[in-house]
Amino acid sequence: MMKKILLAIPALVAVVLGGFLFWGLNPDRDPNAIPSALISDPVPNFELPPVDGTKTPGLSAAALRSIGEPFLVNVFASWCVPCRAEHAVLSRFVEQDGIRLMGINYMDKPADAANWLDELGNPYERIGSDSEGRVGIEWGISGVPETFVIDGMGIVVYRYVGPIVTPEAQAEIRAALAAAGGQS
Amino acid sequence: MKGWLGSLVLVLALSATSSVWAVEPDELLDDPVLEMRARELSKQLRCVVCQNQDIDSSNAGVARTMRTLLRERLIAGDTDGEITAFFVDRYGDFVLFQPRLKPATYLLWFGPAVLFAIGIGVVLVTLRRRSTAVLDGATDPLSPDEEREFEAIFHKDEGQKYP
Repeated sequence: MMKKILLAIPALVAVVLGGFLFWGLNPDRDPNAIPSALISDPVPNFELPPVDGTKTPGLSAAALRSIGEPFLVNVFASWCVPCRAEHAVLSRFVEQDGIRLMGINYMDKPADAANWLDELGNPYERIGSDSEGRVGIEWGISGVPETFVIDGMGIVVYRYVGPIVTPEAQAEIRAALAAAGGQS
Repeated sequence: MKGWLGSLVLVLALSATSSVWAVEPDELLDDPVLEMRARELSKQLRCVVCQNQDIDSSNAGVARTMRTLLRERLIAGDTDGEITAFFVDRYGDFVLFQPRLKPATYLLWFGPAVLFAIGIGVVLVTLRRRSTAVLDGATDPLSPDEEREFEAIFHKDEGQKYP
């Protein structure tokens, strides 16, 4: 009996190791993806002034906690090329689907950001100017663009790293918004 | 030849310093003890943009902001543990180069030692079995049947080779 158990061990090890390696080979797995530490936590405490040269109000944690319905927080910068590609998608979200969108202008010069918004249009309800990138750290930002889905209670439910341009990315954001709406 | 060697040394020296000095002069703290702690701590924190670099050697904007925040916390009197906790709260365990010891990482920390212990065990058991098997075989005389069989095989060809 003991011998039989011992004989089964190599097979068991092979199965466990094989399963792990099979998981590692999955082409959909992104080994560089960093899970957000914020998911299912309230939005971090912060207060940001508006971007100089725009009429959009600034952004604070207090403002985000009293929205009452699911919305997006998008981190962007005028120097960020993918943000430009994403801008059209975000604008369509706001104009056609009535999704509410807040912005964090990350490590950007206010004048550059204001020009960028003048040129492309401003889909943001509120924009906080995070010129030093400190609030970005509070949100656990690793780069721009990044987009967070927040539910009506001000709880972070989803984060997307990179520009929301592909249909898959847009579907993921919509799904997260829908799920957040169901909860609140 | 000498000039060539000299320029090589110069290039090596310059490349060595430039890789070390991502920290810019305006970031440095006046207190050398605090600055030393800052350097030690920032070598343990991962830059979240350039993922295999620590924030001490990274030129990325985020890394610079993280270094500045780290030094501010040091001046405010935070312990090393409080500072790493500050970054872990925001970026998760991912920012630490050395994984923390907790149930989810037990396999990582102790797995190799456990595998090694199992290996030693297997080797010891196998060696003991083998030595007893050899001894048993040596003390067991051949049975009469085996003796005859052995003789048959051993002397089978003799008649043909030496007629």
